[in-house]
Amino acid sequence: MAEQENSSAFFDKPENIQKLLRVFYVICALLVIVDFVVHRHIYHDWENIPAFYAIYGFIGCVVLVLIAKEMRKFLMRGEDYYDE
Amino acid sequence: MNSLLMLPPFLPLLIGAIFALLLRGQLRNTIMVLTPLVGALNLYGLDSGIFWSLEFMGYELQPVRIDKLSLMFGYLFHIASFIAIIYALHVKDSVQHVASLAYAASAVGAVFAGDLLTLFIFWELLALTSVFLIWARRTKKAYSSGIRYLIIQVLSGVILLAGLLIYAKLNNSLLFNEIGLENQGLAQLSAWLIFIAFGIKCAFPFAHNWLTDSYPEATPTGTIFLASFTTKVAVYALARGFPGTELLVWIGVTMACFPIFFAVIENDLRRVLAYSMINQIGFMVVGIGIGTSVALNGAVAHAFNDVIFKGLLMMTMGAVLHMTGKINGSELGGLYKSMPKTTILCIVGAASISAFPLFSGFVSKSMIMSAAVAEGYDIVWLLLLFAAAGVFHHAGIKIPYFAFFAHDSGIRTTEPPKNMLIAMTLAALACVTIGTFPQYTVYALLPWDASYQPYDLTHVLTQLQLLFFSALAFVWLNLRHMYPPELPSTNLDADWIYRRFMPNIIKRVAATMFNAYSTVEQSAIASIKLMINQSYDSEEARPKGNSARLWPTETMVIWVAVLLATYLVLYYVL
Repeated sequence: MAEQENSSAFFDKPENIQKLLRVFYVICALLVIVDFVVHRHIYHDWENIPAFYAIYGFIGCVVLVLIAKEMRKFLMRGEDYYDE
Repeated sequence: MNSLLMLPPFLPLLIGAIFALLLRGQLRNTIMVLTPLVGALNLYGLDSGIFWSLEFMGYELQPVRIDKLSLMFGYLFHIASFIAIIYALHVKDSVQHVASLAYAASAVGAVFAGDLLTLFIFWELLALTSVFLIWARRTKKAYSSGIRYLIIQVLSGVILLAGLLIYAKLNNSLLFNEIGLENQGLAQLSAWLIFIAFGIKCAFPFAHNWLTDSYPEATPTGTIFLASFTTKVAVYALARGFPGTELLVWIGVTMACFPIFFAVIENDLRRVLAYSMINQIGFMVVGIGIGTSVALNGAVAHAFNDVIFKGLLMMTMGAVLHMTGKINGSELGGLYKSMPKTTILCIVGAASISAFPLFSGFVSKSMIMSAAVAEGYDIVWLLLLFAAAGVFHHAGIKIPYFAFFAHDSGIRTTEPPKNMLIAMTLAALACVTIGTFPQYTVYALLPWDASYQPYDLTHVLTQLQLLFFSALAFVWLNLRHMYPPELPSTNLDADWIYRRFMPNIIKRVAATMFNAYSTVEQSAIASIKLMINQSYDSEEARPKGNSARLWPTETMVIWVAVLLATYLVLYYVL
């Protein structure tokens, strides 16, 4: 029963994930293209950079994760650290 | 309307708590669900103004002051308790039901308090009632966490009391209006004390760990109440007492940024949400600090939305904990197979907190961001943008991903009880309704006059770009195997100072003092023994040494003569 359930589950099939990711990449690309087509309001100088929000979001998150990973080196302790 | 027939806003919930104490079973459930509805209806019937004011030791007290700001929070707390009560209906534990209703009543009482003394009373009641929701987990961890929570919360109350006493003496008034941080002398001291008291409850940096420590230790249902009230009362109090205080902008932006790093590496998914709560409160605090009408409206609107979407996320994680007994990201995964409804509801909450267009976070967070740009806080704006991307990363993606997708943990369970599903559905509907029709919902309640239009092409496009490329970063890091895995761990935070560092110092000082004392004690005993040994001859069974010798009578006579002679000499000389 569990086996059947597993094999029929949508996200267990790599091809389904591939399809979803492809849709996702297309949306990302479209969002950048739209940036060049439409005229958005500029409230801040940096917003003049093409696809500023896309670049900022991507770099921001990569930096966030990499710093957080480094933080583990000196902040991480065992699960029962405070119970010892 | 004749307001004399009406009840003080907190009373219906308090009466509900008494019913919860006395009744059991279906009848209790019915009354508990009706309680917030009656409370909200009562609120609707009350006009703006001051009610039941009285004099106490020469000061005017206003136990109930109703204006737009307090009304907004009043309605919010009724909605939140309605949803949370439904979510907790399957619980048989009377302690939790009584505590949660009394806690909700305290929160409502606090936001309608027109004077600082009434505020103080409800401020302390918030702490005393809510701690039982943590202790009700009945684990050793929850017990000690609750103790720490209570100490810090009561400390906040004591500081508030100190501040309000000075305030009352100086201003000859206890009324709670704008205080601000620009005063002279003692007034400055009292303002700072009140500010710090609010700040502790608001989880300011370094005073934030009571939240991340205790909320994940509370019961699955209790956490929903906890996440709704305490910090939002603090946000209300700051908006009332310290609007436009620039320091708040910098405190707020710190709160928005630093917790997201901890959230990324935290394993306990409810603790991830606790960190993201501080991050969201950071946005509100920035709004209060900027202090324009749009910013203040944004702050309270975001508080309103946050209670609902954070409640929803906490509820979905509570459902996971309730059904599987597990909440660590490292132990979960693949639950979408057995909990598909919960998964979808969690994604709605995730979309709301991430501020996707058409979801509630979008219509309130964007107000604060716009206000930051408009007032020239460039760095703040950039940091908030980073925080907004980070929220999506840890709350929007990480929570649903590690709980419901990721690698299959092999756990097979079922959907949570019906009442939990209904509560989560109500919250999810509220998120979408607010996000789609802000003008008819949250904007209609805004206290300050300002017009704001969240939906224009620029906002929607830029927000979508920010979010999709944050998601792209997640996908990329995951495919490159650079994303930090969920690990069973404890991450050190500021609470290390009072949970490890200080106790260690105290232990060391105590150990040194104890050692020193025992050294002194031992040497004292040794010297007494020595003295005894030297003055008693145990072989002959008699005292020995100079004082124990038998003196001949002649010697004594000579000494008496010497004494008399000396006396005589002195008599003549002096």
